[in-house]
Parts: sequence; C-alpha cells; structure tokens
Amino acid sequence: MNREEIVIAIKDIISTIAPDEELGSLALDVRLRDQIELDSMDFLDIVMELRKRYGVQVPEEDYMQLATLQGCVEYLGPKLESKSLVLTALKV
Amino acid sequence: MRYDALIIGAGMSGLAAGIRLAQAGKRVAILERHYLWGGLNSFYKRGGRRFETGLHALTNYAAKGTPNVPLTRILRQLRIPHEALALAPQRRSVTALRTSAGDTLRLSYSNDMALLRSEVARLFPSESAGFDRLVAALPSYSGSSEGDYAQSARARLAEFVRDPLLVELLMIAPLFYGSPTENDMSWAEYGILFRSIHLEGMARPEGGIKALLDLLIARFEQEGGELRMKSGVAALLHVDGKVRGVRLDDGSELECERVLSSAGLVETEALCGQSAASEDDARIGRLSFVESCCVLDAMPRALGHDVTIVFYSDGERFRYERPRTPVEPRCGVITCPSNYELREPDREPFVRVTCPANFAYWKGLGEASYAAEKAREVDRMLATAEEFSFPIRRHTVFRDSFTPRTIERYTGHRGGAVYGSPRKSRDGFTALRGLELIGTDQGLVGVIGALLSGITIANRSLLEPAGGAA
Repeated sequence: MNREEIVIAIKDIISTIAPDEELGSLALDVRLRDQIELDSMDFLDIVMELRKRYGVQVPEEDYMQLATLQGCVEYLGPKLESKSLVLTALKV
Repeated sequence: MRYDALIIGAGMSGLAAGIRLAQAGKRVAILERHYLWGGLNSFYKRGGRRFETGLHALTNYAAKGTPNVPLTRILRQLRIPHEALALAPQRRSVTALRTSAGDTLRLSYSNDMALLRSEVARLFPSESAGFDRLVAALPSYSGSSEGDYAQSARARLAEFVRDPLLVELLMIAPLFYGSPTENDMSWAEYGILFRSIHLEGMARPEGGIKALLDLLIARFEQEGGELRMKSGVAALLHVDGKVRGVRLDDGSELECERVLSSAGLVETEALCGQSAASEDDARIGRLSFVESCCVLDAMPRALGHDVTIVFYSDGERFRYERPRTPVEPRCGVITCPSNYELREPDREPFVRVTCPANFAYWKGLGEASYAAEKAREVDRMLATAEEFSFPIRRHTVFRDSFTPRTIERYTGHRGGAVYGSPRKSRDGFTALRGLELIGTDQGLVGVIGALLSGITIANRSLLEPAGGAA
C-alpha cells in the first residue's frame, strides 16, 4: 500500500465501524475525533480491524499515533508497505 | 480445541459480549442451557400464538445519529444500523397513583421531556422549580461517584421536591424498570433510570423482542461466533485461581482462556464449587413478578385506552417489595405494545400486566394446585389493573401467565429475581482470574443496560492480556 491507499484503508475501516459518518472531506492533519464522532472504544475497533485485515498489531501505548490521518500514514506506512488494500465498506 | 472466550448465557449481555469478541477475531462460543435464546427477554409459543417475556419497552430511545447517548454507542459497537431496529416510539405513558382520598393522580410523559415538565406543573404547581433543579442535578451515566451509589434516591428527591406524593410518583417508573432493591435505590441508579425513561424515552422494535434477538444472533454468527444451545454449564473449571474451562451438563469439558458469565453473582459462585447460597441470602434479589399476557378481541385504543405503559400504585405508598401474599395487586405495570407508533399494527393486539410476587409461595406450590392458583391470582391482578386502564378481562380471548417459578427456571436467577442481586459487581471481577460477570449482576439492567454491560466487559477483556487483572 502507498500513502493514498493507507488513507483509503483507514477510511474504509471507519466507515465499517461508523457507517453514518461522512468521510469525504476529512482533513489529514486534524484529529479524527474533532472531525467525526469517535470515542475511545471506536479507536479500539480501528485497531482490531487493522489486526484482522492486515495482521498489524498496534500496542495500546501507540494508539495516540493514530489520532490523525497523517499520523496513521506515518505510523502504519512501514507496517502496511507489503500489504494490499482490503475494502469492505467503501466503493471505489 | 481451545476457546479464547466462553460466554455463559445467550441473553442480551451474552450476545453483545459475543459479538464484540467475535468481531475482534476471537474464537468464542456462547453456551445456553435452553433451546431458546434471549434469557429474560425472550419469546415462546402457546396456543399457536407467540408470546414475549421481558421487553415492555426499549428505554434510552434516541433518533438516528444522536451523539453521546447509550443507544448510538451500542448500535455502533455492535455494527447494527439504527434503521434495522425499526424503533416505534411510545405514544405516551402514565404513572398513576390513587390517594387515600380516592383521587387518582395521573402524570403523563412521552419521548418529549416537555410533557412531563408541564404535567408536574399542572398537578403540583408549586414544585415546578424544584423539579427542574432535580433534573439538572441527576447524576450522569458515567460521572457517578461512590457517594452517589451510597445515597438514597428518595432522600435526594425530597431535597428538591416537597410534596411526598410527587416523590412517590417519580419513584414508581424507575423502581419498576429496574431496581433490584425494595422500595428505594441509589441516587446513581436513579440518575441512570430517570435518564433512560424520561430524558431519552421509550420505544419498541417493530417485530418486538424476536426481531431484536434475530439481529443480534445474525451479527454474532456473521462474525464467526458459535452459539451452542442446550449446553448448560454445570461447573467452572479452574486451577491456581485462574479459570481454565467449563464442564457442561452432559459431562463434556471445554477449555478456554476466559469466561464471561451472565448467570448472576451467587449463581456463578455456585458454578465455581462454592456451596450454594441459602434461600434467604441477602445477595439473592427479592423482586420477582407474575406477568399475564392477555390476547384481546379489540385494539386497546378502540376501547378508549391509548396509553403505551401505565405504572400504577393503588395507594399512597408504592409497594415495590416482595409481598407476603402470592401477588401484590396494588401496584403494577400495564403495557400495550399496539400503543407504540408501529408501522405494521399487531395482527392480534395484546396487553401485559405485571405485579410483584412472592417467589417462595410459587416455588412451593404443588403441581396439582399451580394452574388454579395462578388463574385466581391473575384475576385479582387484572381486577385492579382494569381500574387504571380498560376492561381487560371482558376483551380477553386467550391468556398466558408466568410466575417467579417460571422466571427462575428459564433464567437461572435464584429467587426468580428479575433485576438480579442487590449487590452489584460493578467492575465485573470475581475471585477467579479470567472469570468476569456480565449482565444484570454487573450492575446494568434492562435490554439496553444488559447490552452495554456485555460490550463494556468484552471491550475491557480485549485490552487486557488473557486472564487479566483480578
């Protein structure tokens, strides 16, 4: 996955766990929870989906790295480099 | 073959916990002793008709997308779209109390809090400001302190509301919907119940409890969870203070990392090999009920009764307690499912009447007299209920009733205690590592409370290593 695909992968996970949210205009560098309704349990779900879909483990102390889309790209980039995008909710 | 988690009981809390764990990719099975799922909130066939237990109303009603409310959080965590529940809001409900002078005070409310405010102002003009202060002071869902759990709701209400009759009226619905303790509850629990019933509101899923259960079962199975019916747990297996599996009623054993038990506090202890609590153990809840479901030959509205739920007390002291008599006909709940704003009206309307009952009486009754006693006591209940509703018996074409004995048999809750033990284990931890409580005895009651309990404890277990902190 490249950087654009990682953004799509995260948005797909968010639309799986929060199907009612509008994700088209999410800014990269603003905290996700300031743009849409996400609580700490939703972040747990994002991490669970990363493990299920891509086998990526995110330890609890690293959750804050996922606060923005930009943070996700930087933190997950090396871990997802060799993985291919899995889509379940979004249609591209 | 080792499970990450085994869940005891396919009720609301067990199904919700199961969905969360299966979604996280855990190998999980729900073990249910009976051939039907749902626990307290279930359904059965009798005389060719389907009857429901539990669910009079889904509390915590919220429109789709309402932020920061329990319903929205639950649906998101279980990945169930709001539309799938097809919630029909209540029309209006009433708390009614007959005074010593023979007057009946009726306080109406709906899913719009303005109605309750105006009703308080109508019946108790001098209490309006106090009532508003009371609502503003209610503890929040998550912000309750230990002090809020130690304080009496009645005592706190009396600080805001001077007329004892209004205090009594404001206690009736929250106690009925679900206090495990007699006549009073903690201020913290009152806050939760008042919010659930009055600030959010009540609704019914189109299709009733079965429709909701079908959704939960489908989600659990979609995520790869395993539902094992007729698989009662006879014992919990443990070594060095940590759970290692369960033995089923048929003698077979299953190995696991964790057990989430919705069996109840003393019931789960007994599964661990501790001697069974005696009948009068203070940890066994005293509140149980007889409920009669009457199939009607006409819509209640056509009979002049458009109220969704009536909570009533025939007397100035509301007797929310275990009666000395077989049932307590002087207070109860009258529920008319056809008085929700349903899109598809029920083919056959019915009404349910529920009154406190004495567990020991029904438990001790011989088979020969059980049916006749039940018919007689239900008639006594209905006679009073009719004074707060409509001529139920004259329009009943078929009726089926259950007693505390039935509740104990199908839920496994000692004493037929619908709201479980008065001693809640709010953190869910037990004496064994890897064994946690969910459901009624973890401290949350009602359909929404039970779902939230299963979700909360399952989420915590996902964040902790197997066998987590005790």
